[in-house]
Amino acid sequence: MKKICLNFQIHQPFRLKRYRFFNISSDHYYYDDYANESYIRRMVELSYLPANRILLDAIREHKDKFRVSFFISGTTLDQFELYAPEALTSFRTLADTGCVEFVAGTDAYSLASLVDKDEFVAQVETHKAKIERHFGKPVSKVFCNSNMVYSNEIGAMVEEMGFQGAFTEGAKHILGWKSPNYVYCSATNPRLKLLLRNYKLSDDIRFNFSVQAWSEYPLTAEKMVYWMELLNPKEEVINISLDYSTFGEKQPASTGIFEFLRYLPKVAIKKKFAFATPDELLELQPVAPLSIHYPISWTDEERDLTAWRGNELQVEAFDKLYKLAERVKQTPDPKIKVDWKYLQTSDHFRFMSTKFYSTGRRTPYNPYESPYDAFINYMNVLSDFTMQLQKVAEPAAKVDVKALELELIEKDRQLKATRLQLDKLRTTIAKAMQDDDDDLTLEEPVKKAAASKKKAPVATATKAVAKVPTKKAPARKKAVT
Amino acid sequence: MKVLMFGWEFPPHISGGLGTACYGLTKGMTSFSDMDILFVIPKAFGDEDKNTIGLIGANNVYIRVQDMRITGFLKKMQQIEVGVHLLPYVDPEVYEKYILDSVQGENSFITSDFEGRLQFTGGYGQNLMQEISNYALIGAAIATQHSFDVIHAHDWLCYPAGIAAKHVSGKPLVIHVHATDFDRSGGNVNPVVYNIEKQGMDAADRIITVSNLTRNIVIEKYGIAPEKVVTVYNAVEPVEADESVKAPARGDFDEKIVTFLGRITMQKGPEYFIEAANLVLKKMSNVRFVMAGSGDMMNKMIRRAARLGICDKFNFTGFLKGDDVYRMFGLSDVYVMPSVSEPFGISPLEAMQSNVPVIISRQSGVAEILKNAVKVDFWDTHAMADAIYGILNYPALHRVFSKQGKNEVDNLKWETSAKHVRDVYYSVI
Repeated sequence: MKKICLNFQIHQPFRLKRYRFFNISSDHYYYDDYANESYIRRMVELSYLPANRILLDAIREHKDKFRVSFFISGTTLDQFELYAPEALTSFRTLADTGCVEFVAGTDAYSLASLVDKDEFVAQVETHKAKIERHFGKPVSKVFCNSNMVYSNEIGAMVEEMGFQGAFTEGAKHILGWKSPNYVYCSATNPRLKLLLRNYKLSDDIRFNFSVQAWSEYPLTAEKMVYWMELLNPKEEVINISLDYSTFGEKQPASTGIFEFLRYLPKVAIKKKFAFATPDELLELQPVAPLSIHYPISWTDEERDLTAWRGNELQVEAFDKLYKLAERVKQTPDPKIKVDWKYLQTSDHFRFMSTKFYSTGRRTPYNPYESPYDAFINYMNVLSDFTMQLQKVAEPAAKVDVKALELELIEKDRQLKATRLQLDKLRTTIAKAMQDDDDDLTLEEPVKKAAASKKKAPVATATKAVAKVPTKKAPARKKAVT
Repeated sequence: MKVLMFGWEFPPHISGGLGTACYGLTKGMTSFSDMDILFVIPKAFGDEDKNTIGLIGANNVYIRVQDMRITGFLKKMQQIEVGVHLLPYVDPEVYEKYILDSVQGENSFITSDFEGRLQFTGGYGQNLMQEISNYALIGAAIATQHSFDVIHAHDWLCYPAGIAAKHVSGKPLVIHVHATDFDRSGGNVNPVVYNIEKQGMDAADRIITVSNLTRNIVIEKYGIAPEKVVTVYNAVEPVEADESVKAPARGDFDEKIVTFLGRITMQKGPEYFIEAANLVLKKMSNVRFVMAGSGDMMNKMIRRAARLGICDKFNFTGFLKGDDVYRMFGLSDVYVMPSVSEPFGISPLEAMQSNVPVIISRQSGVAEILKNAVKVDFWDTHAMADAIYGILNYPALHRVFSKQGKNEVDNLKWETSAKHVRDVYYSVI
């Protein structure tokens, strides 16, 4: 009995407003509230709410037999809170049925996994907490990175965080002759299972559904299930993963997409397919290890990172952003933290892609006229963010240096005092040696130890390395006294 | 003396140096009591008041004759607006694109035969050359209806009109060369444009160039007799007090700002500015470079800056309008004009008026007259970087340049230029 794993992805970025050069250093609010609100409202009204109602009906009708999973990015959850709280309620109702699982990812839908492990881990933790807070249940044991980006290295980090599986693309250049319809495992971390997206079936719904020129038009639930029946009987899983806005927004209600969604569970269950959540797929044994050296994604024909890091503009913006990571980490300022997160959202880099620029095809929902326009706007915002960051970070750093200097002086003073004490002790020992021969055997090692330990810290202290003497001085004192 | 002048844009439609120069020069002229100007201007915007537009001749080209009084002008001037779609700073390809992009479907003026001799394109044509010859015919028509002593035509798009007016009236023609196609194209000259320029220069009784640099080009590349060519430098309109006050406070900027402002085209040498910026950024960090303007090389420049990895310190503003130019000057610590070939270059003068030290390329006409400016070869990015670094880091240098520069530029007056032009007129009548 094949298992169908339905995974719906929901993500909306915080789009940046038109931020001119003259805004730099005077305007520190970067987001286009109107666009963000209208986009999320549109998605919620046209797609999320009606689709949720259909899923809820299906779950009630088929009881435990119908299951789905969601990935909802942290930025989307933030926007739900701001602009569409009813969406949260609706998803919560779904969550309460017990047939819905929520998959963890990065909070900002960022590509931090490529460059900054600490940031990546932190974002996953935030996202986990957010999901649990909103939906009252722990996240799935299967991880799904932004844009399904995955590589061996990312796999290792994911496993380290305690996940048992990861979603990624069933990319042809990775699989070769192999089928995506099995559970695989990471070659480098074999305990991490890999669930591969069946992009053929997923994209037929996502892109082809309403294309009348498509040879298979119209696509019905019966036809989809029939294709599934034609698959090799030994295959175990079918991972259908697509953006949730496909239902009602990308494919408008008039195309019949909601009817497709309504009938898919009915027909599939009738034909003896089972629905499973990602967690339930972890019970299956992996059939083979997969080694993925270079990151793959679910985007574009290439299924790689070129959508976000394909040209020099994107690389420059991306690198300049993550160059700030260390400084942001040291800043407690909450506004900096929020902006830092929202600026990482991968969509900003996608808007700078020149891949289809010359053909006139545009990234969906791209608010910019051209990739260059997107780049200029982002870099203007980033310039201001960097200045803000410097302003917040600098005073702290200055105080630190001063404090360290004072500490250094204090330690020097202590050092002198102990040296005097040492001299005193030495003379006492010398006296004692002369006075009493029996005591000599006891005192000798102490004296040697004291003498040898004396030199090292003094040498380091004169080099003015702040931390070394700080730590050693008290230790030495103890040893002497 | 009455001058029939074929000129360019007037406020508020000013988009660059050519319009500024026409405006300044005409204004300077009005300070002489013996000068009367009949100003013919192509109106490309279509937003002019249709009620006062009248018809001229047998063709249906709209022409509006009006007396205008411009603030600051000492006397009123007669202006003729012609409904012909000419734009400064375009070559035929760009023109076609512009027309296709923006004008199609707008109010089209239907024109018919001009005294049965020539078929017009019918409305605002998509062919620049056609429009130029339309304009020339109108020039001839105007010349028959008005009396004047001298014809003065600004830049190549107006030369044919000037020639036509000369033919019908027999009055002397002075042409004013603000740029040649050698400057605009970097040597890759459009033969059609060259032809028009050459015809204009041949037909002219005197040629005024805006610098010796341009004068040499006219003499060498167009084969014009040197004694026919006279250099008259441009000047700069004094800033009104409130405008310099308008310069914004620096806000929170604790960084120094180095500015490039102009069309981002080959002629202006934007790539040398980027390379120099890269060199400076290796030495100091509290500096920000700004490339203001737009143009056909903008995308390439963005990619170059990105590849050098300096985009956290290098901003592009896109095209700046009106007050934003002054704001930009107000924010700047150094202004750089690395033009590869600049017949004159008024913008450094504007920067100096705002007390901004300027670095200009030796390949600009303005370098011939400016003393209080750093002059470097446009290709010498090391010298450019050195100058930028020096002005930013040695306050004394900055002070001297900004003070002396302001003094110098305040003494460059359009009245002086106008007087030279007047002398030219008297030499031909």
